[in-house]
Amino acid sequence: MEFELQLTKRFSIPNCHTLEVALNHGAYRSFEKLFSMKPEAIVNEVIASKLRGRGGAAFPTGLKWSFVPKDTALPVYLCVNADESEPGTFVDRYILEYDPHLLIEGIVCAAYAIKSHDVYVYIRGEYVRPYMIFKKALDEAYRSGFAGHNIKNSGYDVHIWIHRGAGAYICGEETALLESIEGKKGQPRIKPPFPAVEGLFGCPTIINNVKTISHIPWIIEHGGEAFARIGTSESTGTMLFGISGHVNNPGFWELPFGMRVPEFLEKYAQGVKGGSLKALFPGGTSTAVMTADECADLYLSYESMRAHGTMLGSGGLIVMNEHADMLHALRTITRFYAEESCGQCTPCREGTFWIHRLLEKMVRGEGTTKELDLLLEIADNMEGKTICALAAACAIPVRSCVVKFRQDFEKYVKPVFVPVAAAAEKMLGDDAVPF
Amino acid sequence: MAVQFSEAALKEYEEIVTRYPDKKATLLPALWLAQREFGYVSDEVLEYIAQLVGMPAVKVYEVAEFYTMFHKKKPGKYHLQLCQTISCYLRGAEDLRSYIQETLQVLPGETSADGLFSFQLVECLGSCHTAPVIKINDEYYDSLTVEKLDAIIRHLKKNSSGEDHGV
Ligand SMILES: Cc1cc2nc3c(=O)[nH]c(=O)nc-3n(C[C@H](O)[C@H](O)[C@H](O)COP(=O)(O)O)c2cc1C
Ligand code: SF4
Ligand code: FES
Repeated sequence: MEFELQLTKRFSIPNCHTLEVALNHGAYRSFEKLFSMKPEAIVNEVIASKLRGRGGAAFPTGLKWSFVPKDTALPVYLCVNADESEPGTFVDRYILEYDPHLLIEGIVCAAYAIKSHDVYVYIRGEYVRPYMIFKKALDEAYRSGFAGHNIKNSGYDVHIWIHRGAGAYICGEETALLESIEGKKGQPRIKPPFPAVEGLFGCPTIINNVKTISHIPWIIEHGGEAFARIGTSESTGTMLFGISGHVNNPGFWELPFGMRVPEFLEKYAQGVKGGSLKALFPGGTSTAVMTADECADLYLSYESMRAHGTMLGSGGLIVMNEHADMLHALRTITRFYAEESCGQCTPCREGTFWIHRLLEKMVRGEGTTKELDLLLEIADNMEGKTICALAAACAIPVRSCVVKFRQDFEKYVKPVFVPVAAAAEKMLGDDAVPF
Repeated sequence: MAVQFSEAALKEYEEIVTRYPDKKATLLPALWLAQREFGYVSDEVLEYIAQLVGMPAVKVYEVAEFYTMFHKKKPGKYHLQLCQTISCYLRGAEDLRSYIQETLQVLPGETSADGLFSFQLVECLGSCHTAPVIKINDEYYDSLTVEKLDAIIRHLKKNSSGEDHGV
């Protein structure tokens, strides 16, 4: 498999976070071409590349950029999402640490394309070292004219500021991120209006993931069509795939889309640790779990994941071996969503809370078969009824785990027959009636 | 008012103000600055920040409550943040939790009697490939086992007592 690395090409070069080393290895090379092109032409290249957002939702990037109102009198903002908090996801920080100048280069390219002069990079609060390294690189870039006023005598200004989060998964959701920059609690906004029209400080705003932005310099240098030839028809380019959990060699690799999951598991993660494969979350915990059988013909592409009823999400695979207990695993997952729900929407706030409480009960051996079905019922009532996708992100693993690994749960619950169930419900009171 | 930023911190805050078109947006950076200056954000500190940013104190209080990284009370000298999310759970985070609770005699949310260690359970720290992970103050400690953690804790204890004797 021959392909050119785009995001990690300089990762193995020592001290590449310094401007001098980065420049010696091709950083900021796209600027010459960038400033010779019209912003609209850049957007067209990105459309031609078929690049899709790497933050999880996989929305076509060029299309998103084209939603910025033409000739608006308001300032246009670009926000870079480095909140990276989806369980199983851990690669964006390495771009900040190992090649911060790639991200800065991408930011200038993207800002120029959407006619923005003001950029905020939202870095999750826990990432102290990535923040420090990125900040230092940014200072260097400013001093040498690669960011700030009149970049490399182009006449174009791009001001870049870092905004640090402070511990809240929900701030990765794009409108919560905007609220958080504005100094508020990170609670998602109702859409429409979409941020491209009315976003940060009421102005048109584009939000993109770190990886998405870091692809842009390559696309400018090589053209959108060249990018579209890498990977599969619907999943173009390369992607940083991370893998964690029960594998012998957890880590991350940049690969073109389209590799078969078992091949990725064997060749890169060096096989399942401690037994054979039982289950796998393909893209963080917010995606439907896959059984070992389903993984056999699952490919690392958006279309293959969709055909299997799941999603590639953030590209963070989580592996469980045959000894993993799905009830305990799911309890861990639902606690995350119950903790991280921002609490605005009743189905999400109550649903995540009750699902987690029911699972806790099952772990204690106090659950019933009926409550196993109740889990599914609550999950069904959470989706499509909320402001943001966090509620669905919890419902999806719950439903897929309970349906596909029901026997794991049945080991813990006691069957309750209908008349007894009614009595139990009475006894349990609130516990059995979540809404 | 009792609490106030140092000259240097005030200067830093003035620079922060220039980054945003709306002063309210300086709230998170101001809280970070306050936590660095005072170690934690007490009610008194929050009131000072409210004045500084020009917002009602209740708003500031709400925001400080929403984000888990702002300490409302004084943390230990070493603040242990144990990731309990899926990849860390799969690789033994629960053993680390038992170890901490037993050896340091602290439950999540508590600080050890000697004030050295505070303990917090946190969600995914974004280092799942090096699970299980603990963050101690600003540093990540990767691929831990109970033995490795034990060595780290011993080292921290020794370090801090060494400093005390040195005075
Ligand atoms: C609950 C929730 C959490 C999210 N967390 C992140 C995140 O940590 N990083 C990220 O890039 N996108 C995250 N997203 C997706 C963003 O809302 C948004 O789609 C993305 O940043 C857009 O950038 P992209 O088009 O480049 O992917 C999250 C979405 C939801 C609903
Ligand atoms: S779905 Fe959940 S996290 Fe999203 S806005 Fe509603 S309550 Fe908040
Ligand atoms: S699950 Fe612990 S760092 Fe991600």
